[in-house]
Amino acid sequence: MFGNLDFDVIRRALPYLFLEGMTFTLTLTGLAALGGLVFGTALALMRLSGFKILGRIAGIYVDFMRSLPLVLVIFWFYFLVPYIGQWVTGASRPISVGAFASSLITFIMFEAAYFSEIMRAGIQSISRGQPAAASALGLTYAQTMRYVVLPQAFRNMLPVLITQTIVLFQDTSLVYVLSITDFLGAASKVAQRDGRLVEMYLFAAIVYFTISCIASYGVRRLQARIAIIR
Amino acid sequence: MIEISHVNKWYSPSFQVLTDCTTSVTKGEVVVVCGPSGSGKSTLIKCVNALEPFQSGDILVDGIKVNDPKTNLPKLRSRVGMVFQHFELFPHLKIIDNLCLAQEKVLDRSRDKAKAKGMQLLERVGLKEQAQKYPANLSGGQQQRVAIARALAMDPIVMLFDEPTSALDPEMVSEVLDVMVDLAHEGMTMMVVTHEMGFARKVANRVIFMDRGEIVEDAAKEDFFGKPRSDRAQKFLSKILSH
Repeated sequence: MFGNLDFDVIRRALPYLFLEGMTFTLTLTGLAALGGLVFGTALALMRLSGFKILGRIAGIYVDFMRSLPLVLVIFWFYFLVPYIGQWVTGASRPISVGAFASSLITFIMFEAAYFSEIMRAGIQSISRGQPAAASALGLTYAQTMRYVVLPQAFRNMLPVLITQTIVLFQDTSLVYVLSITDFLGAASKVAQRDGRLVEMYLFAAIVYFTISCIASYGVRRLQARIAIIR
Repeated sequence: MIEISHVNKWYSPSFQVLTDCTTSVTKGEVVVVCGPSGSGKSTLIKCVNALEPFQSGDILVDGIKVNDPKTNLPKLRSRVGMVFQHFELFPHLKIIDNLCLAQEKVLDRSRDKAKAKGMQLLERVGLKEQAQKYPANLSGGQQQRVAIARALAMDPIVMLFDEPTSALDPEMVSEVLDVMVDLAHEGMTMMVVTHEMGFARKVANRVIFMDRGEIVEDAAKEDFFGKPRSDRAQKFLSKILSH
């Protein structure tokens, strides 16, 4: 059954697939995860803060993002950002931001919503006595968060955060709607060009599967190592 | 040192937790606060360093008004040591780092200085060998002694104890009380919420008895154990001293 399949097409496309495609995918995943983490922490702190209005704003944002399909957000954002840029800067024409910047911002905003919920659960998992003890020692709110609550919360939630990042790694393939050459996009271009759909998509699946599997295994190892003994 | 005057705290008009509490702790004095559970004694002691807000009345610590929005609370709290029922050591930090954190971040002491101070206090509570361990590796009694050392590392002017022995196994209670007795003998100003009447008899100057959010009795130790004036205090005492 594999008689008329040509797996050599994969070998020939390797440099293109990995140097261009995978590099883009990993860059986007890394930057989006980093940005999502920062923005997500801010959202989580807003939701947990005493200020009701801040909490409401963050809550609405999170619910909004989580109620939309990612591919729709990517698509909309790509078309909307130039106009928002024009409106903000007061330029005469829509500002072109480029597909990469647009997709990166989208992923950061989207992931932040998910990360913030993970962070919120992580922070809430720390007993109230801990921040009380920290403030009783004279630490400020910011110091309490930085040295006492967040380090513990991060350890609790790191496995879930990385798992979410693995999902993000797979989700970045959705940038195909902007015709960006990520790993899947590269594979699909070669597949169309050479008429080798089965080979290329099979190979892409194996690569995604392998990387995600190894990462998941790493998470389990990490989890055992960093867990705080109680 | 601590002036508590007419403090009221409520969660709703029908749910009053502290009613018109007035008392004081002078320098070098050891005051024991006791009473049935839910009587508001923990809440009162937490009001002293503003871990719990209250709606009316005033609390002054060393002349500084705790409930003044302009008060620099972190600074005030750094001078008031507090020991909690559940120890509240930081589980992600080694014992010695538990003692150093606030010294470095709040008092701006150098790492070496903080460490030296920490080791000196660990030695004092008999736990020098445990410095490099994590809290989870220590017994409850040891953790509570570390918590006391952690509070002392800030050179507090007064120490607050919120039921420091209630979460301990019986055989560990005395090792913690011993440290507290030593502290009292050294002249530390202390406010202690506890049911340990032996401790109160030994070192307290005054005993405050609370019930349903009110200070029912506030008397010198001899008077309190000799002839408590209120029925409620008598009943409470007969219950916990009968065995």
